[in-house]
Amino acid sequence: MYPHILLAADGSENSVRAANEAIKLAKCSPSSIIEVVMVTDFEKSKQDILHAQSAESLLLERKRKISNVELLLTTEKVNYKITFLKGSPGSEIVRYANEQKADLVVIGSRGLNGLQEMVLGSVSHKVMKRVHCAALIVK
Amino acid sequence: MQTIQQQWFGNIRGDILSGIVVALALIPEAIAFSIIAGVDPMVGLYASFSIAVIIAFVGGRPGMISAATGAMALVMVNLVADHGLNYLLAATILTGIIQIFLGVFKIAKLMRFIPNSVMIGFVNALAILIFMAQVPHILGEGIITYVFVAVTLVIVYTVPRFIKGIPAPLIAIIILTAITFIFGIELKTIGDLGTITQSLPSFFLPDVPFTLETLQIILPYSLALAVVGLLESLLTAQIVDDMTDTKSDKNREARGQGIANFVTGFFGGMAGCAMIGQSMINVKSGGRGRLSTLVAGVFLIFLIIVLGNLVVDIPMPVLVGIMIMVCIGTFDWGSFKYLVTAPRPDALVMITTVAIVVYTDNLAIGVLVGVILSALFFVASISRVKITEQDGIYIIEGPLFFASTQNFVQTIEQATVDQITIDLSSSHLWDESSVGAIVKVVSKLEEQGKIVTVKGMNPASELLYQKLLGITTSQ
Repeated sequence: MYPHILLAADGSENSVRAANEAIKLAKCSPSSIIEVVMVTDFEKSKQDILHAQSAESLLLERKRKISNVELLLTTEKVNYKITFLKGSPGSEIVRYANEQKADLVVIGSRGLNGLQEMVLGSVSHKVMKRVHCAALIVK
Repeated sequence: MQTIQQQWFGNIRGDILSGIVVALALIPEAIAFSIIAGVDPMVGLYASFSIAVIIAFVGGRPGMISAATGAMALVMVNLVADHGLNYLLAATILTGIIQIFLGVFKIAKLMRFIPNSVMIGFVNALAILIFMAQVPHILGEGIITYVFVAVTLVIVYTVPRFIKGIPAPLIAIIILTAITFIFGIELKTIGDLGTITQSLPSFFLPDVPFTLETLQIILPYSLALAVVGLLESLLTAQIVDDMTDTKSDKNREARGQGIANFVTGFFGGMAGCAMIGQSMINVKSGGRGRLSTLVAGVFLIFLIIVLGNLVVDIPMPVLVGIMIMVCIGTFDWGSFKYLVTAPRPDALVMITTVAIVVYTDNLAIGVLVGVILSALFFVASISRVKITEQDGIYIIEGPLFFASTQNFVQTIEQATVDQITIDLSSSHLWDESSVGAIVKVVSKLEEQGKIVTVKGMNPASELLYQKLLGITTSQ
């Protein structure tokens, strides 16, 4: 049904729920692939670099953050790949989804940083408004 | 890595716009860092222009911003106070030469030996020192000074929520400078601390005697400047690498920093290095290529030539407020969690680095002590071998080398049973001391009439063992 499903993930409870819905849709057709997209905010780079022993350990650290989503995808046996992006989460997901011509974007309604959302507005809302393909917001 | 053409012209629009934003954000910092160093604002402004323009061509990390920095300014304070500007310029040239050499000899590899505990300590100490340098400008200056510092901070932290394109510090400067004019408020201004010359820098030789004595004066400062500059530059390069998901040539960057400082010294500028905060502003504003760094430098000097006469009217409290923002941005706020969660030796190294820098006022000494301390902790931690004994079988876990053999020998020597097996399958023999320790233990126990078997040596250890005992298998 949706050959290329983009799943925005940050390791939060919400992104796990979003992953569950993405898996349901991916299972509709065997050729579907779920691309897990994790966006690291520019602001986090400095702290991440300072606290990581090396670039390799930083990669591992970031992979660990979404290990809950990855575990789900492996146990459910769906095709998936993981992409790490940098920038402000909302606009980066939109840019990437439009550039890759994804067929569907799946995103949790609320991410890790609740306070930031109150000030800057929700990422999922921003994505839904500006992405060119279908969007599924998971409550 | 990208081609030269991509590095220059791969992102023209983004680079020009971000370069302009960075130039605007650089001016207050260049002036404030000059004041910290105790020199005229022009020394920092010329340095920022010259370093940014040169590094755009010779740097190894496209999109990174280098200019006059707080870290470097803090190192040169005493040199300027004791010997004056000309010695600083000579030291800047020598710093460049040292950095070029370090770059040629591939200093970037050594960066791996600086643990993150020391780097965290470095940025925290830097933030604390910049903050401390601001205190004299606030204390005892009257209530209006406090109000201006506070209002500046409010502006720089709230305005970016609404206005994104223009750097908030610039907005604070414009609004608050206008207010001092409109209401005729008397405050200390940049003009009270120095002069602004509306001209391009020119070439001249620093006015110092070319003697051994001069070298003795500047060399310690140049060494410290070279180390601190490369440390911050290579850290910034890593951050820009991560933000842009691209690679950089760190040794080329080290040489580039050297070339930039070398030339800058002849044009009346102080030594500088890469700036974490400004580089992050550049990338966030869309800058990716070398063009962004060039535009930042050129636009900065253009602004000074055109609007320099207005710059002297900027009130000092506003500049102090902006510096406090820089401190808050520089400080690693993850450190508090780090102190709780990190292994104890790492936390201790971080605290020690900060304490030594704050005590000595010298970033280079703090880093040096931090590196030595963490190396000692590292050796101490891997020299702890675990030895478990059951029915005369001793299982050795951990590497055997000069620092860990003593404990090994002492434990095994105390064996009381007649048949002893030393199991080395979870260990590794690293050096002469380890082979010597095995030989010593075995012969000592055999003297007591015991039977000793050594088993489980891995191939590399076996080879070393045989080689050092003169038993080669290829006879």
